[in-house]
Amino acid sequence: MKNAFEVRNLNFWYGNFKALENITLDIQANRITAFIGPSGCGKSTFLRCLNRMNDIIEGSKLEGEVYLFGDNIYGNSVDVAELRRRVGMIFQQPNPFPMSIYDNVAYGPRIHGVKNKDELDEIVKRSLERAALWKEVKDKLNQSALSLSGGQQQRLCFARLLAVDPEVILMDEPCSAIDPTSTQKIEDLMYELKESYTIIIVTHNMQQAARVSDFTAFMLAEENKSATIIEYGSTESIFTNPKDKRTENYITGRFG
Amino acid sequence: MRRDWLPILILWVSAFAVIAFLLALIIYIAIKGIPILSLKFLFTFPRGIEARGGIFPTIMATFYTTILAGIFVTPVAVGGAVFLTEYAEEGWLIRIIRFGADILASVPSIVFGLFGLALFVYAFGLGYSMLAGGLTLSLMILPIVMRATEEAIMAIPQSYREASYGLGATKWQTIKNVVLPTASPRIVTGIILGIGRAFGETAALIFTAGMAINFPYFPSDPGRTMTCHLYLLATEGISTDIAFGTAFLLLIFILAFNLLARRFGEFSGGRR
Repeated sequence: MKNAFEVRNLNFWYGNFKALENITLDIQANRITAFIGPSGCGKSTFLRCLNRMNDIIEGSKLEGEVYLFGDNIYGNSVDVAELRRRVGMIFQQPNPFPMSIYDNVAYGPRIHGVKNKDELDEIVKRSLERAALWKEVKDKLNQSALSLSGGQQQRLCFARLLAVDPEVILMDEPCSAIDPTSTQKIEDLMYELKESYTIIIVTHNMQQAARVSDFTAFMLAEENKSATIIEYGSTESIFTNPKDKRTENYITGRFG
Repeated sequence: MRRDWLPILILWVSAFAVIAFLLALIIYIAIKGIPILSLKFLFTFPRGIEARGGIFPTIMATFYTTILAGIFVTPVAVGGAVFLTEYAEEGWLIRIIRFGADILASVPSIVFGLFGLALFVYAFGLGYSMLAGGLTLSLMILPIVMRATEEAIMAIPQSYREASYGLGATKWQTIKNVVLPTASPRIVTGIILGIGRAFGETAALIFTAGMAINFPYFPSDPGRTMTCHLYLLATEGISTDIAFGTAFLLLIFILAFNLLARRFGEFSGGRR
């Protein structure tokens, strides 16, 4: 099975605070990998290392290597914008732009140089269909995206992302700010998307990790230590037969 | 509570004094000014040594210099604000530029007038002109518009930027396509407030746009603005009725600018 990411000896600092300690793991392509762990365990920080979203935080520093399909994304000649197109991101709070639904989805393609109106229309339609939102919005594409419900906004963010044709989708607690029905829709969406995309999801919700993911990494920042990966394996083995006592304590709800 | 009546009364009077003075000023100017207003007043030239008749060219000169100032100030203020908020790293450079802008904002306008005279009128050889006046005004309102733009940009949620970066947009694409359009209502508000300030300016224009009563066609033409006209009438003690008519018209325009700015401000605050 092909690896989408190969992470080697990754250390990460916010200023003087060491947030991530010596992370090494492989993430398989076309699978859903979940990062779980208590608040402040560095899951989101690690996720944001995978598309260099942490670069925009002043004073952050990273050591180690992250390979995306074999190329070191922290190498010297990397085009960070292109990297972020290939490795897209869905955020905790739905964050559509304050523009029309159409313009939200067309934003990425336009940035990347698509000007032809018919082509844009086609991309917008296809992306909204893939995000299971087309039927709900097809008659109001010119309305503000902010008029949609929270769950619809999050699916719009998926459509917006799919429109730039990424290879990997990072999701930072994508369902924590939306209702259960919408969560269900987004989980269904994830099943469909993993055919064509590698998906990495950070979640607070262990049931969600158990439901949707193929692989699970349990992260933890123990007292006076930096966060790191405690245990990593197939979701089934992590949830039914954890090898580390701390993993077992967490998934059985003793802390976190 | 009954024992507190005295301080409450004093506070109430202080608060009321603000609106009372404003009303008194407007009513006084209106009573003296309204009888003067007529189409003829608005659309004819001053006549004779006492400047009877209308104030048409001064209205034109006022709009001319103000619009030029708006045109000049916008790119510089927006560019500077984008640099300070998005590109410059927090440090001594930013602090110096911000400090400079604050100083610039508190420089008396007559000093801008003198500077404009030395630089634009003489050094650049523009003479007394709409262009020299507009440039001087643009320097004067630069800090106002720049700070307003900075605040507008800083109010844009980081999540919008992250969304854009996450789609593979570069920093500049993000600024151009997300940050500035989203901030634009508040930026426009800042520009209108700056222009409102320029509109009512006198001292910076006396030495730069000049005092000539003529219709300014070209940017190189001199012209007397409404405020300068008012200043001249008042200091010479001639045609005080015309002075009040001019003052009333100025007040109306300034009020309109403020309402316009407020409208844009609400537009930006209101999330649909």
